[in-house]
Amino acid sequence: MTNHWIDYQNSDVIMNIGGNTAENHPISMRWIEKARATRGAKLIAVDPRVSRTAAMADLHVPIRPGTNTAYLGGMINYTLENKLYHEEYVQYYTNATYLVNEGFTFDEENCYFSGIEDDPARKAKKYNRSTWSYQKDAEGNVIKDPTMEDPRCVFQLMKQFYAKYTLEMIEKITGCPRETLEESYKLFGGTGQAGKAGNILYAMGITQFTHGAQNVRAIAIVQLLLGNMGIAGGGVNAQRGQSNVQGSTDMAMLYHIIPGYMPCPSQGPHATLEDYNATTPGGYWANRPKFLASLLRAWYPGVELADAYHYLPKLDGRDHSHIGMYKYTSEGEVEGMICWADNPAVTGPSAGHKRHYQANLKWLVSVDIFENETASFWKAPGTDPKEIATEVFILPAAAAYEREGTKSNSGRWIQWQYKAQQAPGECKPDLWIVDKLFKAVREEYKSGGAFPDPILKINWDYGDEADPNLVAMELNGYDHTKGRDALLTNFTQLKDDGTTACGNWVYSGYYNNAANPPCKSRIKETEGIGLNSQWSFAWPLNRRIVYNRCSSDPAGKPWNAATALVWWDEVAGEWVRRDVPDFGWRSPEGETIPPEVSAVKPFIMTGEGQGRLFTDGVNDGPFPAHFEPAESPTANLLYPKATYNPVSQRWYEDHTCETGDPNFPYVITTYRVTEHYQSGIMTRNTPWLNELMPELFIELSLDLADELNIKNGDMVSIETKRGQIEAKACVTSRLKPMTVNGRKQHFVGMPFHWGFMGMAKGAVTNDLSPSVGDANTTIPEYKAFLCNIRKVV
Amino acid sequence: MKKTMLIDNSKCIGCRACQVACKQWNQLPAENTQFNGTYENPSRFSPITWTKIAFREYESDGKDRWTFTKLGCMHCTDAACIKVCPASAISHTEYGTVKIDQNKCIGCNYCAANCTFNVIGFDQAANVARKCTFCYDRVSAGMSPACAKACPTGAITYGGRSEMIDLAKRRLAALRKAGNSKAVVYGLEELDGLAMMYILKDGLDGAEAKYGLPENPRIRTAAHIWDLVFKPVRAAVVLAMVFALWINKSESTKETNNS
Repeated sequence: MTNHWIDYQNSDVIMNIGGNTAENHPISMRWIEKARATRGAKLIAVDPRVSRTAAMADLHVPIRPGTNTAYLGGMINYTLENKLYHEEYVQYYTNATYLVNEGFTFDEENCYFSGIEDDPARKAKKYNRSTWSYQKDAEGNVIKDPTMEDPRCVFQLMKQFYAKYTLEMIEKITGCPRETLEESYKLFGGTGQAGKAGNILYAMGITQFTHGAQNVRAIAIVQLLLGNMGIAGGGVNAQRGQSNVQGSTDMAMLYHIIPGYMPCPSQGPHATLEDYNATTPGGYWANRPKFLASLLRAWYPGVELADAYHYLPKLDGRDHSHIGMYKYTSEGEVEGMICWADNPAVTGPSAGHKRHYQANLKWLVSVDIFENETASFWKAPGTDPKEIATEVFILPAAAAYEREGTKSNSGRWIQWQYKAQQAPGECKPDLWIVDKLFKAVREEYKSGGAFPDPILKINWDYGDEADPNLVAMELNGYDHTKGRDALLTNFTQLKDDGTTACGNWVYSGYYNNAANPPCKSRIKETEGIGLNSQWSFAWPLNRRIVYNRCSSDPAGKPWNAATALVWWDEVAGEWVRRDVPDFGWRSPEGETIPPEVSAVKPFIMTGEGQGRLFTDGVNDGPFPAHFEPAESPTANLLYPKATYNPVSQRWYEDHTCETGDPNFPYVITTYRVTEHYQSGIMTRNTPWLNELMPELFIELSLDLADELNIKNGDMVSIETKRGQIEAKACVTSRLKPMTVNGRKQHFVGMPFHWGFMGMAKGAVTNDLSPSVGDANTTIPEYKAFLCNIRKVV
Repeated sequence: MKKTMLIDNSKCIGCRACQVACKQWNQLPAENTQFNGTYENPSRFSPITWTKIAFREYESDGKDRWTFTKLGCMHCTDAACIKVCPASAISHTEYGTVKIDQNKCIGCNYCAANCTFNVIGFDQAANVARKCTFCYDRVSAGMSPACAKACPTGAITYGGRSEMIDLAKRRLAALRKAGNSKAVVYGLEELDGLAMMYILKDGLDGAEAKYGLPENPRIRTAAHIWDLVFKPVRAAVVLAMVFALWINKSESTKETNNS
């Protein structure tokens, strides 16, 4: 999140799109209700069905699953056409005024931007992004048009690009009546007024598409146009679905990054440390060599930095996401797998296929608090254990409250959590398990191996029984010349010469005082706007709302005095700081930097220093375009020759059905319920929760139930190109068929929490979903595909 | 001092943290339920289910509504269960809430049969009636009831009755100001006052379909008759029943021994 949970209380209009905040993040509603009670705030729920959130909303906008980009593109067009945008903000704080390379073009038929090329290895397209750039003068400065009238400026190109996204067109694509569309665009567009705050909350209903990253981009564009970035009550707020998933991302759980959101080095372009540093971007990222040097120093204290760099694993150019790893497993390339707090046999796309591929593994280690379906794939219905030779190890883990460490919430607050009780039996904390595992591996390498140095030389100094406080000190960073106790105040002290060590630069400062670390601080705010700056530590630098220079105008005058985060006191000639400034406000020598300097670079993390309405930072285009999901009931009405995202990798032949396949006439979407969590292995072993949500079900409209003669509670068969399962019918008025391109389109929805292990059992919903993923992240397309359903007789 | 819980239906998201907190604090086992086509579960109150959220779908002003309403013992001031209990096992506490004394309960089930809101469960194994205690153990130790403590959104507020009445009035005014002209307070006058007081955002008409609450809660005629006609001879009735139960028990013991 750019903002944080409590900050929702400062919003005037809150839009929850591609998420179900009341269902999956109940605490958010406390702050949304507060905003409604104290400011008369409005809540808009954009969701195909009447969800728990939509039930609480002032306005429900039902759109067909998989049409978020069209809906948001329509909002961009409506905002531009009706001049709802925050003009001064757009002009000063975004790249709207930048002139774009004359070579940048767009093919309306195919929805191709300039630079499209074949990518045979991925059976898809890719882009050469060289034309996705700015025009520069002889000195290399970007040419800008402050009037935003030049036809080649970003503002005009964007306006032209989205001109087709009219209310009529968006109604045809999304199936949402145009009156409702317009009402929502108008209501949210109202936050474009200076002093008003509009907040967009999203979750996996935005990201889990073959065009998921572009959905997020579209949200960012809307928020930049309306001047909602960097202000209290605004922001692009990704609601994380687990209490510490933010922390796991920060620690580089994903394969494309190393800790602190630095790109994972690649074999080709990043052969040496020098090569890696040669790709250092602009903006605050210009400091990246310091972050990397400190990371290498923390990991390999006695090794030259350039050599330590060689110890880092390098990417081989292939996709190592979930879909990729299982594909390679299916091809026999993967020998063993460690599934740590993960249950892909239930949560992975086309999970039935995945369980089948697991038989190719020689060994499988499962670390979980209960025996899950992944570990027990050989017990799955229809499986003959005699045919499976995989050796499975189950390591029983301690639950969250049985261990000590930090949790980082969606608002980037890193909070220390103490152990509440002893884990039962032989269950152990994750840190204990990884510590013993590493030490055992290191012991093996002492007698030699293919490349033992990265293992033998790594720093692993956390005691006989690993102490999470010592890990935290390493992550915070220290003066390497003095030792780990010489903790750094924050990352501004990091150096690129190997004299500082820091395990994760964005965390630096959270544990800078061993006696009283900020992440253990618990002082509630008594007055203020909810920043609670002394409650735990928010990365980076305890900044609660990022890009906060934008809460004031270029001269430093707050857009909204009541909720401004930083502003310029003209009389005192000084910045007033409610939050930690996210811009250069004081020189290293201690001199105050006046507002006109930061006014031109309020977004310090981008090379331009400005918010990007147009970018070369994504794989599939500088502007988000509407693509249908991989499986769709209709042609792409905006771009006649386009279907789904051409840059998304085609993993399996004959895996998805053709557009409008009559054998699979219904759109299906998947989601969670409050009562169960993810694969359900934790909650389905909790009788009180099983009592509330005992069985798998499928939600369908009264209309469809009538057509198929299905009654509430009947058993229904659901079939897709990947598999077939059964579930009980929940016939409800909360789902309604939609009119898509003039035709009636039914859709159904299912939660995905059940499996064949645990106390409450049920079919695996993800046996139905396709193994196709986003063109940037490869996150699977769980939220829209096609199915057929019938009553089980 | 009288205590009250204010349940603000406009803030309830149906997460059911209250339902689980009730089971956890009172150590009530889970019911073995089935999915019956609605999120609402268990389907009825029982000796091990004292509170639950009613999920209701209906159309109003052309919009599809889905409401979540916490139900359970209303702790009526004019309480049918107190009226009909022949053993004087049910009474008002010092907090104005209604409590069943399990030691006095003779298991006649009259309270459950006559309850205005059908929220009393009959425990056949122990032969006693059970229901929400308003967390008497917590409240008398100065804590809020478990359900109120667990509520994430502020839909359940707990406090002194007059304080809760003030809060309800303020909240009602705010809701009406925000355009919810139908919003009402429920439990202020009903049965001389309910210790579970409600803000009902979408009005009182059709309350059963909208929230699972009776629009005009009344004590059943049978309960009144019992109260008026038999109360004077309650002691005799109780003695007779205890005698009958004793005979019955010794008979069944004989049977068990014989088999």
